[in-house]
Amino acid sequence: MTDTAPLTAPAIPLGQADRGFCGRINAIHVREDAHGLAAPEIETRLLELGFVEGAEIKVLHEGPIGRDPIAVRINDTTIALRRREAMAIVVTSLNPPE
Amino acid sequence: MSAIESTRMSAQTDIGPRHFALVGTPNSGKTALFNALTGSRQKVANYPGVTVERKAGILQTPSGHSVYLIDLPGTYSLRGRSPDEEITRDVVLGRLASETPPDLLLCIADATNLRVALRLVIELKRVGRPLMLVLNMIDIARRRGIEIDLERLSAALGVPVVTSTAVRRGGTEELLRRMDELAAGALDPSGENTWKPPTAGELRAAQREADRVIAAAVGIPARPDTVSARVDAVLLHPVAGLFILLCVLFVMFQAVFAWARPIMDLISSGFDALGVAVHDVLPEGLLQSFIQNGVIAGVGSVIVFLPQILILFLFILLLEDLGYMGRAAFLMDRIMGGAGLHGRAFIPLLSSFACAIPGIMATRVIDNRRDRLTTILVAPLMTCSARIPVYTLIISAFVPATYVWGWVSLQGLVMFGLYVAGIVSALAVSFVAKHFFLRENYTPPFMLELPAYKLPNVRSVVLGLYTRAKIFLQRAGTTIFSMMVLIWFLASFPRPPDGAEGPAIDYSLAAMIGDALEPVLAPVGFNWQITVALIPGMAAREVAVAALGTVYSIEGGKEAAEQIGQALASKWSLATALAMLAWYIFAPQCASTLAVIRRETGSWRWMAITFCYMLALAYLAAFITYNIAVALGAG
Repeated sequence: MTDTAPLTAPAIPLGQADRGFCGRINAIHVREDAHGLAAPEIETRLLELGFVEGAEIKVLHEGPIGRDPIAVRINDTTIALRRREAMAIVVTSLNPPE
Repeated sequence: MSAIESTRMSAQTDIGPRHFALVGTPNSGKTALFNALTGSRQKVANYPGVTVERKAGILQTPSGHSVYLIDLPGTYSLRGRSPDEEITRDVVLGRLASETPPDLLLCIADATNLRVALRLVIELKRVGRPLMLVLNMIDIARRRGIEIDLERLSAALGVPVVTSTAVRRGGTEELLRRMDELAAGALDPSGENTWKPPTAGELRAAQREADRVIAAAVGIPARPDTVSARVDAVLLHPVAGLFILLCVLFVMFQAVFAWARPIMDLISSGFDALGVAVHDVLPEGLLQSFIQNGVIAGVGSVIVFLPQILILFLFILLLEDLGYMGRAAFLMDRIMGGAGLHGRAFIPLLSSFACAIPGIMATRVIDNRRDRLTTILVAPLMTCSARIPVYTLIISAFVPATYVWGWVSLQGLVMFGLYVAGIVSALAVSFVAKHFFLRENYTPPFMLELPAYKLPNVRSVVLGLYTRAKIFLQRAGTTIFSMMVLIWFLASFPRPPDGAEGPAIDYSLAAMIGDALEPVLAPVGFNWQITVALIPGMAAREVAVAALGTVYSIEGGKEAAEQIGQALASKWSLATALAMLAWYIFAPQCASTLAVIRRETGSWRWMAITFCYMLALAYLAAFITYNIAVALGAG
């Protein structure tokens, strides 16, 4: 499904996305050293909440301090997560070019 | 009913009730459905050996089969990464020795949000038990224009599918009819179990399959629901959202203090009248004193707080049902994170305002051990409802009932201040714990589904309040009552010698204990009556009030018993009252809280640590408050 994303759009971690960002998930890639839990566990939990390659996401809200955590809509579900964990979700932008 | 049918029914009755289990993701409306199906015929208890709440109930299907329904803790998968989820896994797999393996699994899914639920169905199929998918909240899905082809969905998944609306009258008819059919038929729970904890690859594959099934059987409107997102634009706004959260909490505490007043007055005058009636009927002597001062005054002074507890739980249940609790966690995550707490700790800590026991039990949603320990450690600092009696009594005796700015009750404001003091000290303690004792080099993840906003269901809320009231009254009827009898005994024996001067209580065991401990507590301004009351206060905090009542009424005769508050106002200095309030912010907790901490942490050590640090803080706070107040002339 990733091939439907425009090739020109760069892949960025969801953790760096601003409010209003629309995109498609390219990959779930957890770096071993960045988290409290083992990387496979973080990956599994993200998958369980529906963060799977190909899913469309939109950043709906940002937390009051340091714009963290973020609330992300994935299909019809809204999930709150910290930017740190969202760094593991690689997304390509679907925002219409301005 | 035909003859064949009735024969079949009696054959069914012979093999006993069927066991069905409700499984589902969090926020699937599983509990609302359980409430709709079982109503008041449900029992809430614990699974043996763990503190996971076990909810079960009996229901009758339309043609009279008995179904024993069990509501399992919500989970995204059977991996079992918390004690709650382990229970779900073990019951589903039929591994839990104390539980009959279910004949049928009912997987409850939010019809507006099928992706994750269908993945769970795919995982559950591997267990090999009969399985039925229940699409709950179908009314909301239809209103949003979501079209679900039930036959296709059922064929694609290979399981029967039925729809329901837990919160509507008649919304469970179709579900009951299908349950009836299944209960009557032959359910074979002995299918091959091929379940293993899914790997990341298997999860991806299952999710893709679920997405394929949805694409084939579900028509989703081009425009998704935006109501919740629009409401969230305000409620999750960085400034407005926090302000609204504060307002909600403020209104909650004003309500607990102000709305409950008339009913409380009614209850308390009722018990007074009962006491007087008993006094008039019984002959003068020990029995009269026991019934009036020990039993009626003791139980009455505790039951009087039922309205406040119900109002607090009403707010908590409403906020939970609305879907606001997760939003509060979202707003508080970084603020609490700064103090070393997890955003998810917000919900257990908020519940601790009602009682630390459910709060500490609710910390099970936090799967990191360090985070859980910190939360358990500070949960008792949240002002639980058992402190309300103590606060109310002292505040109404010492703080004038005037209004600031015309509408804010000064008494309510002091109450609010005490709550804030509890919260601030909890944050401080967890900050210290995180940075000095429980140091680890990472913070665990915060991932939480924010469910769509929903109007709370009256029936569910009423049922929840009923359960809370029952638990509180059982406590009042057992623990608190026996403590009151003990206090009355200590205060009444030994009897004063003939011709003794002064009140009888001066010669009692209570006075001896109080006198012995007085030197320790004198520096914080406590007299021996307070010392006596603090001891049973260890069993349950609110008992301290009843104990003070007993001590003072036995000392001063029935006039004093009529108004504990007046007695305190005339016998305590303002400094003592303030020291007592400060003491109770940290109040060495009740025995049941300590027992729950012991059970939840699995160690005596954490229980001892909690007890000691709270006792030390209470003494310190009371000492400082008393001495400052005396220095300022309030002694």
